[in-house]
Amino acid sequence: MEQILEMVNIVKTFPGVVANNKVSFEVRKREIHALVGENGAGKTTLMNILYGLYKPDGGDIIIAGEKTSIDSPIVAIEKGIGLVAQHFMLIEPLTVAENIILGLETRKNKIFTDMRKANQKVKELSELYGLEVDPTARIMDISVGVQQRVEILKILYREAQILILDEPTAVLTPQETKELYKVLFSLKEMGKSVVFITHKLNEVMDISDRVTVLRGGKAIGTVNTSETDATQLASMMVGREVLMRVKKEGKKLGEAVLELRKVSAVDSRKLPALKNVSLEIRAGEILGIAGVQGNGQTELVEVLTGLRKATSGEVMLKGDSIINKNSRSIRELRVAHIPEDRNKRGLILDYDVADNLILGPHYKPPFTYRGKRNLQNVWQNARNLIAEFDIRTPSYDTKAETLSGGNQQKIVVARELGGDISLLVVSQPTRGLDIGTIEFIHKRILELRDKGVAILLVSAELTEIMSLSDRIAVMYDGNIVGILQDEEAKEEQIGMMMTGISKVDALRGEESD
Amino acid sequence: MTNTRKGKCAKYFEVALYPVIATCLALLVGVIIMLVTGHNPVDAYLALFEGAFGSSVAIAETLSRSTPLFLTGLAVAFAFKCGLFNIGVEGQLHVGAMAAAVVGCYLTGLPAIAHIPLTLLAAAVVAGIWAGVPGYLKARFRTHEVINTIMMNHIAIALVSYLVVHVFRAPGVIPRTSTILPSAQLYRFIEFSRLNIGLFMAMIALYLIYYLLWKTNVGYEIRAVGHNDKAAECAGINVKRNIVMAMVISGMLGGLAGAERIMGLHLSFIQGFSPGYGFEGIAVALLGRNHPLGILFSAILFGALANGGFRMSMATAVPTDLATVIQAVVVFFVAAEQLAKLFIKRRKKGRLAE
Repeated sequence: MEQILEMVNIVKTFPGVVANNKVSFEVRKREIHALVGENGAGKTTLMNILYGLYKPDGGDIIIAGEKTSIDSPIVAIEKGIGLVAQHFMLIEPLTVAENIILGLETRKNKIFTDMRKANQKVKELSELYGLEVDPTARIMDISVGVQQRVEILKILYREAQILILDEPTAVLTPQETKELYKVLFSLKEMGKSVVFITHKLNEVMDISDRVTVLRGGKAIGTVNTSETDATQLASMMVGREVLMRVKKEGKKLGEAVLELRKVSAVDSRKLPALKNVSLEIRAGEILGIAGVQGNGQTELVEVLTGLRKATSGEVMLKGDSIINKNSRSIRELRVAHIPEDRNKRGLILDYDVADNLILGPHYKPPFTYRGKRNLQNVWQNARNLIAEFDIRTPSYDTKAETLSGGNQQKIVVARELGGDISLLVVSQPTRGLDIGTIEFIHKRILELRDKGVAILLVSAELTEIMSLSDRIAVMYDGNIVGILQDEEAKEEQIGMMMTGISKVDALRGEESD
Repeated sequence: MTNTRKGKCAKYFEVALYPVIATCLALLVGVIIMLVTGHNPVDAYLALFEGAFGSSVAIAETLSRSTPLFLTGLAVAFAFKCGLFNIGVEGQLHVGAMAAAVVGCYLTGLPAIAHIPLTLLAAAVVAGIWAGVPGYLKARFRTHEVINTIMMNHIAIALVSYLVVHVFRAPGVIPRTSTILPSAQLYRFIEFSRLNIGLFMAMIALYLIYYLLWKTNVGYEIRAVGHNDKAAECAGINVKRNIVMAMVISGMLGGLAGAERIMGLHLSFIQGFSPGYGFEGIAVALLGRNHPLGILFSAILFGALANGGFRMSMATAVPTDLATVIQAVVVFFVAAEQLAKLFIKRRKKGRLAE
């Protein structure tokens, strides 16, 4: 098969790290090539070199048989390379078409942008590749999945032959992911090549033709997807055997720890976000909340942790009402909270690791005595937790913002799980983390369950929900559509319930298939 | 971890480097301006230095000019640590000064040991409440403190003008209150200078605020709110209370600055006594990187420029405005720091790429 791109022995060093150590990588015409590896394996560096954002220290880039040097993204685009970054580069108040043609506007009378022509062109392009968009819709009014389509159209408009997608599914729902797969397949049919960066192995298995695994800046190997499986890829990525699904002991249920009765709340725009939600979690049990993001999960967690007022209903923690108490008094009742967005809610990035590790109980002994901080104890606490949770940091007085995402999350996890707790509310605990860290965090959560802690787990990753939960509640539009026992839960059924179909109907739909 | 101490020194050096460069660059700009306008920069700067540090009286007067700036700079920096831009220090300084004048003048029969603290307290409390209003509005209704503190400046200055002209006016041409009682006057300890024990009060304030911010739980929470209020809230910190508290403490510092001017320098409230100490405080905090130690140095620099500027204009016919221009250019360069950082980063990146 025809090779469209070859990167040979690429070397790139940063002060103190070799990010790419003689990495070779090739892409064929008409293929979806997955590039996998843990965080820090060098995937993004390699792709930034290809896109002209970094200059390599050594090695060659050969495009369509011709040795090329790519000094800037402009050259990369000229050579037919397009990149969809993890964070979209779209201008929110502008329309889809305006974003797509930005920089390459067609002119009317040499002065005015010919928007009608632009809309027409975008429409044709979107029909050609099966990427449905409304050219006149504003970016701020469309969903993340559609925004991603706009990004893809943007690079197709620039006639890219090689499309690089950096963790494209991280922001998508399962349904949107399926849609994306379709698009990628059709792009392949049209003769394009796709480089798909990810660390989710099920995705690799679903859509790629070949896989290249990076580890510690080196290319470990390229294999045909049909000749491998997720377990083999995982051990290639991590360099050792990995438990794909953590082992779960049989559950020993205790008393009811958390009880919600008809709890309602509104979101920040004052619209109803939680509608009469009732549920119960017992000691030693993990209740998973599945659902497409934005269906009330965030508000549910915020009501439980005292960050949002409920408009009605009752929340009982071991028989005491905690509804609308503030977050400190709820924490005082041994409730731990791992928030969904570690940068926004979980960490103070300007604080050092030690100061982040006491956030929550910082105001009381042993960290504060009569208003005065005891820094010796703060540092000792940091040393202990850094060792126990294997947080990779140069020192406890390193600013949290300089650590990698995985280690930042470990700070939050260590802080919240380190103490004596009776209820854990945990939201997206492993978003954007690599396999090794995910495995570690999952084990920790299960350890707590076995110790008799009640756990509410909210996650956008269905696989995570399914592998950890004892029961799964599916949320849609502020309601609990149904609660499934672990044994009866099937992915398709949960997927259907996530669109609002009730448990009974979802079961029936499955039978008639 | 054993070389934390050394690391700390290196960190201080790194932090201080840019403000020092900015100051040098600003002095250089001053040279260019003088050359262009036909003055001798060497003579002018010698006179400036002489005027600021040339004798013990000169040094004392420089420190006297710096005294309110320690406090106003600290006021701005403290609010900033909680993520708040207190542009209203000028207004807080005015209401504090008026409170000090009234208590210093009309509260009779007390010994100095009680009268001085009470007068200072009155200034701090009134200014603290004054600053607490925009703090409360921010916490309760999320109105922006920049707008509100600016508005409160106008209200404060108009209010104290009314009071000094119509209510507490002493006989004379200039609107001023009666001289405060000797028991409320701050002791001047250098002959021929108006430098007074307010300087030590300011030094104590610098240390106390340092201690509060970095050694106590109150400071930990205030800084947490300043860096990331969402995370602070999630950790059980009462964000609203901290915002109000930070504004009140900031306002109290501004009020003390005003009280020192009245009790140690003017000895009565004179209309228009402030050349903009509150606004200078913003520049002092900026140059001092919102750190008490940095504010110590930057306030002295600003005091020296203001004080030495007089001498310079008398000795060399270079107008005092030049000192003001230099102050402005220092601020400009510090504000442009981000630009410079970007430039350095680019260069580094370019070098890496080669």
